[in-house]
Amino acid sequence: MSNPIVRVENVVKTFPKANVVALDGVSLEFEAGIVYGLLGPNGAGKTTLIRVLTTLLRADSGYAEVAGVDVAADPTSARTLIGLAGQFAAVDDYLTGRENVEMVGRLYNLSSGDAKQRADQILNRIHLSEAADRPVRTYSGGMRRRLDLAASLVGRPRVLFLDEPTTGIDPQSRIDLWDIIKDLVAGGTTVLLTTQYLDEADQLADRIGVIDHGKLIAQGTGDELKDRMGGSVIELHVADDVREDAIDSLVGISTGPATFDQYRGSVRLPAPDGSQTLMNVVRRLDERGIAVQDVALHKPTLDDVFLTLTGRGAEEAEAESEATPAKRRRSRGRRN
Amino acid sequence: MTTKIETAERARITPLHAAKDIAVITKRNLLRNIRLPQLLIFATVQPIMFLLLFNYVFGGAIGGAIPPIAQGDYINWLLPGLLIQVAAFGAGQTALGLTEDLSKGVIDRFRSLPMARSAVLAGRTLSDLIRNGFVITLMVIMGFVMGFRYQTSFLGFVAGLLVAMTFAYALSWIMASIGLAVKNPEAAQSAVFLPVFPLVFASSVFVPTQTMPEWLRAFAEVQPITVTTNALRGLMLGQEALADFGPGINPIQALADAPSVGGQVMMSLLWSIGILLVFVPLSVRIYRRTVG
Repeated sequence: MSNPIVRVENVVKTFPKANVVALDGVSLEFEAGIVYGLLGPNGAGKTTLIRVLTTLLRADSGYAEVAGVDVAADPTSARTLIGLAGQFAAVDDYLTGRENVEMVGRLYNLSSGDAKQRADQILNRIHLSEAADRPVRTYSGGMRRRLDLAASLVGRPRVLFLDEPTTGIDPQSRIDLWDIIKDLVAGGTTVLLTTQYLDEADQLADRIGVIDHGKLIAQGTGDELKDRMGGSVIELHVADDVREDAIDSLVGISTGPATFDQYRGSVRLPAPDGSQTLMNVVRRLDERGIAVQDVALHKPTLDDVFLTLTGRGAEEAEAESEATPAKRRRSRGRRN
Repeated sequence: MTTKIETAERARITPLHAAKDIAVITKRNLLRNIRLPQLLIFATVQPIMFLLLFNYVFGGAIGGAIPPIAQGDYINWLLPGLLIQVAAFGAGQTALGLTEDLSKGVIDRFRSLPMARSAVLAGRTLSDLIRNGFVITLMVIMGFVMGFRYQTSFLGFVAGLLVAMTFAYALSWIMASIGLAVKNPEAAQSAVFLPVFPLVFASSVFVPTQTMPEWLRAFAEVQPITVTTNALRGLMLGQEALADFGPGINPIQALADAPSVGGQVMMSLLWSIGILLVFVPLSVRIYRRTVG
């Protein structure tokens, strides 16, 4: 890539006290004008990478650059180029929406007149003009997220970092927020966002990086990632004692093997031809006399991406990283 | 469009920019006090309650044991001490405010902005100083209503208030270190009161130190809350306020043995300066480490 706006090279970050390797040599880069989606379960290292790129955390080793500025060597310059909306809406409850945004403007060294004008513009853009003069404590979760996003836009960032922008908000607010982000991108803002949801990455991101245990394990467009799963996914439940038979009998029926997802207790396999594959699967199992308790055809989820890429589900990965660090270390060893 | 954010030139934060950042953060913190009524109520009702309770409950019993300069009015003796007690307890707000900002991600937001690094701590302690000034003013007014009269001069009285504010500011930095070290608001709640309780009660705030056992007295008479309380009493009531006129003690001898007002003021200021010299750099260091 000739001129990447974000460049991360072999970044390592450990938290020795917690005995956790949060980033285990991550490298990625992308050009201006796109949305890069970082997809992974809780504890995968997404937030740590955002914190390194936004100067909140210093990497142990490796190199990170935003808009040509080395974030470790010149954090102050880097801060003039970025906007950050973190995992919590970092807004003041007792200030009004407008006061929150104005305050950030003042901290960007804008005069109070300019800060006011900028706040007006942004609140309008983020559809908060009507609620702008109410104290934030009266806002809904979705509104707080939007306000947080507004605050991150004050400095006209070259790169906007959004850490799980829609986690914990209701579906309608999520769609509103997606629209706003799409709008920003259409206006030329470059975005790096993290998410646990494949559909979110799919909706917003031009390119998706899948991160797990502090490593980038796959990269591509949403379609490319889904193609690895072969379009749709079949999820089926059979009795435990015939599971092995079922998996064996489905060999060759699809583009990939059937795998057992321990976490959900279901057998999954790619379904490139959708309902046709489903019919083939049901017919095959019927021929072998294997009773199917439940079967479903659905679009691939993060879980499916994970199952395909790592051989274990995302929820399982999450449960693992929430387990004791020592346990996590062991499971790392086992996989490697 | 008139708003414009320079990038290349602003890679360095000028002192003027830093001062502005401190002012913005200070204002933000003060607004919180004004907009959250319960904060203001606790900040004002509690000291006034202390004033009323101690004066009318203990006043009668203790009134006779205090130096005659107080004219037998316990309030004269009590108010300077209570100002220091309230400053000591109020300093905990610095820790609570910081931990709350930390846990809500507000400090992350600040740190991702091209603003002065010093502004978060400087703004926090400055806004707490202003809040303290407000509470002290309120207590003094209440004290006057309840019969407090300074026995020296207006100048001495004001000098006493300044000594109290300086000490309150220094304590704020101790609490900043504690807050940043414990990080979460719930833990900070108890962590800040732990050091304050023994210091406030093993001092001359409520009773003369002369009545304490020898070993406790040795500690009580040098610790900062006692010397600052003594400094205030000396400045507001006069040298006699520091003398031990206990039964069987020659008044002339008592006066000669009393610590000098100037000495107590000096010691209080030295304590404040010493605390600042240790805890400002310490807070800054913990702040840097805590947040990145």
